[in-house]
Amino acid sequence: MPATRVDVTPAAADMMRQLRGQHGPLMFHQSGGCCDGSSPMCYLEGEFRTGQSDVLLESLKIDGVDEPITFWMSASQFELWKHTHLTVDVVPGRGSGFSLEAPEGVRFLIRSRLLTEQELVELS
Amino acid sequence: MTVYSAPGSDGAIVNYESRYDHFIGGEYVPPAKGQYFANPSPVTGQDFCEVARGTAEDVEKALDAAHGAADAWGRTSTAERANILNKIADRMEQNLEKLAVAECWENGKPVRETLAADIPLAIDHFRYFAGAIRAQEGTAGEIDDDTVAYHFHEPLGVVAQIIPWNFPILMAVWKLAPALAAGNAVVLKPAEQTPASIHYWMSLVADLIPPGVVNIVNGFGVEAGKPLASSNRVAKVAFTGETTTGRLIMQYASENLIPVTLELGGKSPNIFFEDVSRLDDDFYDKSLEGFSMFALNQGEVCTCPSRALIQQSIYSDFLAAGVKRVENLKQGNPLDTDTQVGAQASNDQLEKILSYLDIGRQEGAKVLTGGARADLGGNLSGGYYVQPTIFQGNNSMRIFQEEIFGPVVSVTSFDDYADAIKIANDTLYGLGAGVWTRDINTAYRAGRAIKAGRVWTNSYHLYPAHAAFGGYKQSGIGRENHKMMLDHYQQTKNLLVSYSPKAMGFF
Repeated sequence: MPATRVDVTPAAADMMRQLRGQHGPLMFHQSGGCCDGSSPMCYLEGEFRTGQSDVLLESLKIDGVDEPITFWMSASQFELWKHTHLTVDVVPGRGSGFSLEAPEGVRFLIRSRLLTEQELVELS
Repeated sequence: MTVYSAPGSDGAIVNYESRYDHFIGGEYVPPAKGQYFANPSPVTGQDFCEVARGTAEDVEKALDAAHGAADAWGRTSTAERANILNKIADRMEQNLEKLAVAECWENGKPVRETLAADIPLAIDHFRYFAGAIRAQEGTAGEIDDDTVAYHFHEPLGVVAQIIPWNFPILMAVWKLAPALAAGNAVVLKPAEQTPASIHYWMSLVADLIPPGVVNIVNGFGVEAGKPLASSNRVAKVAFTGETTTGRLIMQYASENLIPVTLELGGKSPNIFFEDVSRLDDDFYDKSLEGFSMFALNQGEVCTCPSRALIQQSIYSDFLAAGVKRVENLKQGNPLDTDTQVGAQASNDQLEKILSYLDIGRQEGAKVLTGGARADLGGNLSGGYYVQPTIFQGNNSMRIFQEEIFGPVVSVTSFDDYADAIKIANDTLYGLGAGVWTRDINTAYRAGRAIKAGRVWTNSYHLYPAHAAFGGYKQSGIGRENHKMMLDHYQQTKNLLVSYSPKAMGFF
């Protein structure tokens, strides 16, 4: 298994499949700051305009979803998060912001662990 | 000590309706799609009312009402508008205790805070902007002997306001008061975690406000907030929240070429220089209170002093005293006036905080106190409580770089003044900061050197009207809580007038 920066839990993958079916191709942008900060925001692909201040961490391959789901973060935030591996999970809640899953009564959530030295070498 | 009865129970001084529709054009209007969502109290985790799940159709209806009201409202005299704001403040003051309990029940924050801070500050905010708009003047510039440039303030028209959940009433008032004072009509979307307390507020003041001047559309961000923020029928968007949604709102605003004000949070440093420990006196006690302020409102404050920087020479003793102070904080039923630390506002917020407690430990930070969810027993077991937590680590850790928005402080030491400023500014954000010292020169220099919009000096978490609040760096754009916010809700009209009957001489 090649090293990854972002994985998803089975429950999060289920929700992504559901949202893909309801709305269309998806993307994530990891937020920072207060209130709903630190949460991954899920949008229709292209809804949020990424640019040179963003980094594409992963193109997630989700079973049952034809196209990859991109996972982005601002470059400045990535500098501070790059030593950690992220897992997208989903919990009951409703968040705020404009993330697509909130009306379903759930919220995507990031769980983190430290990347191993081997993973860091592989990813660099 | 008083323990208020929960709204909806016997002996309650305030009750919520079982259902709230949208407030549009001065009356309650059911959602176009007929859908509602449940609203739980974080105190117990139990639902206490349901709220309209708004969609683009409802937003359009609210914008229709706002546009219908905006012109007449914008032409009212400043005296008339100021009188209305003052009457709103009076009505709130007469119902202060009820508002305080209502907000406590919806948000989970301790009632001692809503009684002493949230609601009194909101009341004063209306009075401040009532005064500010009366005293505001345009200017007359004498360009030359025959030519005068007059500058008038005019309202923007219809503005959109998206309110956060951490101070459901106060944050709404921070946005409403300047917008209304300046003569704008408002479409406001409360946070979906705290959608009802603003309706209780409206039930107290609705008769004072002309129909259509304030419209409230509830719902989820993607279904109601997005149509509002991206509408080409609003002249400005004000948002408090986080960076990704802030960028998205700017993106929508760029499509419509309208201004935004954004308050997106921080990771505020609270710096304790060695001289705070020189005497064991009132000031030392105050500085320990300042250290403990990270737990105010359960850390759900954009300016939470969530990084404590303590000078190496006093580090051990000061930190030990700080831990003791924090361990004595009383966490419990938010409706109890003795409770100092209440519930987090939502389950997902609780989960996020727990995820940070996890990564903090993995990165090697040491837990000095707290570090887990709190189970308060009884009917509070279902509520969202986190123990006040102190981490010891270094500034490169994620818990030092991301706003956890929980009762969690990350502590590190610094060697000297230069080191303190370097660590304080080593962050993406710049909203708040604290400086604690007995030396006025250090206090002044540090306050000016920290790249943040608000530097509390020998104080923290004071939010009086007339002290500008807003961020440097990624913390946002604009300054609330001060008369300068009027500028963010006004156009400048320049009349350039010639008083010469002679031709200009070009043609």
